[in-house]
Amino acid sequence: MKTVRIGAGLGFYGDSWQPVKASIERGGVQYIASDHLSELTLAILQKDRQKDPSAGYARDGVPMLAELWPLAAKHGVKLILNAGGLNPQGAREAIAKVFRAKGWRARIATVTGDSVLERIDELRTAGEPMAHMDSGADIAGVRERMLFANAYLGAQPIAEALAKGADIVLTGRVADAALTLGPLAHEFGWRWDDWDRLAAGLTLGHLLECSGQGSGGNFGSAGEWARIPDYAHLGYPIAEVSTDGRAVLSKAPGTGGRVSFDTVRQQLLYEVHDPHAYFSPDVVLDMGTLKFDDEGGDRVRVCGASGAPRPPTLKVVAGYHDGWMGTGMIGFAWPEAYAKCAKSAEVIQTLVRERGWKVEDSNIEYIGYDSLLGANADPAYRDQLNECFLRMTIRTQDKAVAEAFGRLFPWLGLSGPPYVGTMKAIQPAKELLGIWPTLVARERVESKVSIELERAG
Amino acid sequence: MKVGLWRIAHARSGDKADRADIGLFAYDAETYAVLKREVTRERLATHFAGMGIGAVELWPLDNILALKIVLNAALQGGAARSLRMDNLGKNVAAQLLRMEIEAPAGLPRLR
Repeated sequence: MKTVRIGAGLGFYGDSWQPVKASIERGGVQYIASDHLSELTLAILQKDRQKDPSAGYARDGVPMLAELWPLAAKHGVKLILNAGGLNPQGAREAIAKVFRAKGWRARIATVTGDSVLERIDELRTAGEPMAHMDSGADIAGVRERMLFANAYLGAQPIAEALAKGADIVLTGRVADAALTLGPLAHEFGWRWDDWDRLAAGLTLGHLLECSGQGSGGNFGSAGEWARIPDYAHLGYPIAEVSTDGRAVLSKAPGTGGRVSFDTVRQQLLYEVHDPHAYFSPDVVLDMGTLKFDDEGGDRVRVCGASGAPRPPTLKVVAGYHDGWMGTGMIGFAWPEAYAKCAKSAEVIQTLVRERGWKVEDSNIEYIGYDSLLGANADPAYRDQLNECFLRMTIRTQDKAVAEAFGRLFPWLGLSGPPYVGTMKAIQPAKELLGIWPTLVARERVESKVSIELERAG
Repeated sequence: MKVGLWRIAHARSGDKADRADIGLFAYDAETYAVLKREVTRERLATHFAGMGIGAVELWPLDNILALKIVLNAALQGGAARSLRMDNLGKNVAAQLLRMEIEAPAGLPRLR
């Protein structure tokens, strides 16, 4: 029976592609599905594009392909990347330039049409309220501050690009799992209303979309994480899929990490809301019928996905400007490390008040005590810390206030409590973004989707 | 007896807009039955009250011995707006593993 092997690429903008080499060289993969876009990445890319209209794509796609393409070409591996970000054509040009310089040839497809930022008014006039999905709030309140707005496209344009003969597919925003479902639907000719098979593909895409998290990385546990072998050479997950959607998850031989029932199910539920209705543009998955069979030796069988018809809407995630964050930090050693941080926080609060700065919200955290565990930090340790760092943050509409806030801290070094640590106090103001998830009728977006195939080199 | 979840379960958390979500997993079926009984929406709401969260949602998944937990309005408006060090909610799962529940002595995978 025909099988298709797909390997995970990156799991976020900035992730490492070194483990992808093992998947290509020793993992027998035919495709690499590489996810460069988290919910927030488009905000970063929007800033790039404002400075330079030819930018706006995930830059790491270029050196990644420059390093992987000779291997991929040798092994006949195709790559699907959402590294196009806000500008898939810009990404294609940057990559084609490298390919020309190296004398390499490849057919590169771009998928565009996911951005709806320029169409918000048109869509609203056409009857799309674009209200906030969770709160129901009216988009009018944030419309002027929108920085990006992109629909999550599905797997169909990717499958179509592959059918046209693409070696590399560059998309903008697509559902992360579509990077895997696209090649599966293309290879097996799955019908777009074959809900159970599409659900199987969605499951596998979801298990691959966070790179090392699907194979033992970030294994949330006490003690067990220390038994994950060879983090330094952790292999990214690989799915070997049959035409009926059954699959075996594994990783390349000789790599670190672990593919087991435990590591795979942690990734299955990652960033999922209702597990009985996991929405994607192509199908709605019920995770409650999935079966996992851990065969040992870093092999886990997956089957039993059940799918329901795809939704009539596509999810759009938009981001809008929502003020500035100012940050200040200062650290102290024993004795009374925590108490000295707390005293410093009190002093800073007094200074902010006396200056009359308009601050909407603020946060006080003690690094080494509660900055990650919050109110669930155990107070038994608080007064015995060897050292502690104070981290204070504010949200303000005034960028100058956010900049000035950090500059309050260095002064404490000579005029505050004793045994002060490093003075990495001054951090630039950071722009804060509100996220606006909403729904739009799918045909209004899909009618604008376009797939272009060009030969590079 | 009182048992910290870290001694009998594993967990991972992530973010979607203003939601933090957690997968809580038992290593075995016997422990799963205890988690299902003890880790209730009410217990979760109390445990995470310090984060100022909204509604708690909870789904048991018998097929993978897991509880899916969603904490609404948990991230100060979302990762890109949050002032917290843990803006992505990656450590919400660690916070959960600190919860203590009533469990029988001698669960198979008790650390």
